[in-house]
Amino acid sequence: MPRLRLAESSLLFVGLAFCTRVAGALSGPAQAPISTPSIFAPVSRPAVVIDAYAWLVVAVCGVIFVLVAGLLCFALLRFRLRGDDDGREPPQVYGSNPLELAWTLIPLITVFLLSLVSIRVVGELQLETRPPDWMPVTVVGHQWWWELHYPELGITTANELHVPVSDPASPRPTFLNLQSQDVIHSFWIPQLAGKMDVVPGRQNHVWVEPARTGVYVGQCAEYCGTQHANMLLRVVVHTPEDFERWARGQQRQAVSEASVAEGRDLFLRTACVSCHTVRGTPAAGRVGPDLTHLMSRATLGAGALRNDAANLNAWIQSPDHFKPGVHMPAMGLQDAEINLVAGFLATLK
Amino acid sequence: MSSADLPLHASVEVPPAISWTDRLHGWVATVDHKRLGVLYVASGLVFLLVGGSQASMMRMQLFYAGNDLLSPEVFNRFFTVHGTSMVFFVGMPLVIGIANYLLPLMIGARDMAFPRLNAWGFWMFLFGALLFYFSYVGADGLYGAGTAPDVGWFAYSPLTGKAFSRGNSTDYWVLGILVAGFGSISAAINMIATTLTMRCRGMTLGRMPLFVWMMLVVSWLILVAMGPLTAAQVMLLFDRFLGAHFFDTQAGGDAVLWQHFFWFFGHPEVYILIIPGFAYASEIIPVFSRKVIFGYPVMVAATCAIGLLSLGVWAHHMFVVGLGKGVTSWFVVATMLVGVPTGIKIFNWIGTIYGGKLHFRVPMLFCTAFLFQFLIAGLTGIMLAAAPFDWQLSDSYFVVAHFHYVLIGGLVFTIFAAIYYWFPKVTGRMLSERLGRWHFWLFVVGFQLTFTTMHAQGLLGMPRRIYTYSADRNWEIWNQITTTGVLFQALGIAVFVCAIFHALRRGEPAGDDPWNAWTLEWSTSSPPPEYNFAEEPEVKSRRPLWDLKHPDDPDWRHE
Repeated sequence: MPRLRLAESSLLFVGLAFCTRVAGALSGPAQAPISTPSIFAPVSRPAVVIDAYAWLVVAVCGVIFVLVAGLLCFALLRFRLRGDDDGREPPQVYGSNPLELAWTLIPLITVFLLSLVSIRVVGELQLETRPPDWMPVTVVGHQWWWELHYPELGITTANELHVPVSDPASPRPTFLNLQSQDVIHSFWIPQLAGKMDVVPGRQNHVWVEPARTGVYVGQCAEYCGTQHANMLLRVVVHTPEDFERWARGQQRQAVSEASVAEGRDLFLRTACVSCHTVRGTPAAGRVGPDLTHLMSRATLGAGALRNDAANLNAWIQSPDHFKPGVHMPAMGLQDAEINLVAGFLATLK
Repeated sequence: MSSADLPLHASVEVPPAISWTDRLHGWVATVDHKRLGVLYVASGLVFLLVGGSQASMMRMQLFYAGNDLLSPEVFNRFFTVHGTSMVFFVGMPLVIGIANYLLPLMIGARDMAFPRLNAWGFWMFLFGALLFYFSYVGADGLYGAGTAPDVGWFAYSPLTGKAFSRGNSTDYWVLGILVAGFGSISAAINMIATTLTMRCRGMTLGRMPLFVWMMLVVSWLILVAMGPLTAAQVMLLFDRFLGAHFFDTQAGGDAVLWQHFFWFFGHPEVYILIIPGFAYASEIIPVFSRKVIFGYPVMVAATCAIGLLSLGVWAHHMFVVGLGKGVTSWFVVATMLVGVPTGIKIFNWIGTIYGGKLHFRVPMLFCTAFLFQFLIAGLTGIMLAAAPFDWQLSDSYFVVAHFHYVLIGGLVFTIFAAIYYWFPKVTGRMLSERLGRWHFWLFVVGFQLTFTTMHAQGLLGMPRRIYTYSADRNWEIWNQITTTGVLFQALGIAVFVCAIFHALRRGEPAGDDPWNAWTLEWSTSSPPPEYNFAEEPEVKSRRPLWDLKHPDDPDWRHE
């Protein structure tokens, strides 16, 4: 965006030193793995454009603040009542047309210019034509987890979006089609893109084009009920080769190991299957997350806890303990049965 | 004005021994605008304490990452009840109550145009609020424990539908606000009628105090804005009880429809709450600067412009709902335009201060902090109006910081200024200057700690309305500073409560005109008699008491 850069550089110089310091403090140490989803540490195009634009707006507002607050401070200090006051009223000034015209017109012009830049950025970010080589993903918001479909790849997963990295020479943007199964949610990965609501009965769109590999975190940003706080989402950005590998792994059906046959049978006999799918078995429920490759994901319960064998066991025993209000019920299984089911699920890599 | 020369006064002299039941009856059955104003303000302050306690509990929950002081259910109810209370049962009654007390006095009238409607409006508000709070015990239908509403103060559909909000908690939210809304509408009608028909001789529209002008604009805004809210609430009740599908997305209803209705009310509501803050500041800053307000006609015009523009900006609350380019651009421009008349006001207040002799008494201290805080609130408002920036900031703690800067930094600070300023008129006693300063400094430090840091949390990606967060987000330290600020604010409020009781028992007598002020309310006794003025005043300018005090250089020569 050459024009914005131009406007930016001409306006930013006043607040630049201050801004970069704040930016440094907000985005944390540059090399450490970033777990804070700061909007000022963008790695993907919509967020990068917003970042540049945001600093422009902050700079304009910063200049206004310094000028007005400075004037106010001066007036407050200069005209405070002095000890040697003669007790007479100060001269009464009823107004000044030129002054009032000035502080009407100057803000008007500022607003006009800022509006023009804003409209330009709005247009730039709401893409109407999609570049070649884009990947569609359908995101379905549920109380309180994310369902993810890759229609071209035939993959269904949950709570962990995997996308390939985009290098400027051959960008591979991912277009997300946002839908909701129940109430309004909001899709927000601050380092990748601005948020977009996930509205039942509508389809919204957002796109990401991450330039760096890594894991970027975000979460539902529109209050959606009891467990809104634990509706987390991780985006894993892979190199193209890693992404291919991940996709091939996800496309496979579940492999049933003989050693966990007992647990598998128990899983299929209980009500687990009315909500969960494990491809390659008769379990085909659509209410809860697809478990075909459960152990390839880093968290359980949409980020409520880390995904490992012990936590899996505890989660099945009492989901409500880790995520009070969650729709998944405790199934009332014996400890031994839970061990069997968890043992089976732990093989779903 | 002594009572001796007023024959009318003798007949209403209170008998010496009055029983508490008579006194209670007097307050309950009153139609006196001043008593109703006091009732409004007192109830508003009680709900302020209640809402503040809920906020403090939420802040304690967020002090540690992964804290389990509050369950998610309790936390979600708290932020819903806190938001609803602060807007409808704190902001509205304080704003309406202060106007109720002062408006007739400022225009030289003996009461509001419709005294009984006035009383009805107050009781509608109070019982609406009580109905809302009754949900804490009654929302499950009185069996078992009640559940307060937990859908957020703007109650987005379809979360409010029967499918997702079972029981009756959402119904209490709807009905409580609906009933209180009747009260607000009646108060608005009353203020408009009073202002337009009851002004004393000589008080043309152009000579009304800015306070009266601004409350007139606020009243119109209430009339325009409450209708859509009421309509939306009735539609929601239809959905919940009669099987309608306005907002039921499962049956073809539209989730976004609610947002349009709600914010068509909700945005003017922000101005309904902040313009009274401007009104208090526009009366107090001149008196403590010892100067006439700078640019009165432009201040009036700017207020009207804000009122009009505020009706065309509602969808800036919905930038992330998926509006098209055209709609987004319109609301960006319209919202930024509001900055122009708002800026004019700030400059005109600075113009008033400039060249004055500033007396930093407690009301002026609160107004000074208001000027800085409202400036910041306005500028973060520009950032939120800038749609692409808003796509990051919306529904984050940055928004929470912004609107608390408006509603506390703007409104609550000026309400405190107003209370310190007009308390002597209402009670005849001064609030302690020393306690007032403690209140001010504790509150200003607490406010900054709490709400300045909230901006950072939003920029760091923390969404609002989450009852927990994990430690690896690095939000904890910011949340701890925020919560620490609450402690200072609470101490400030405690000092304020002490100051009120101290003044009621042992406050210095105020006299009729303790601040050497210029508007008509200071020409009658403190507290004013039931009939306000023994004789209808006659004014020749915007500052009748200035004319009286400076016969050599009266205002009407300059207006």
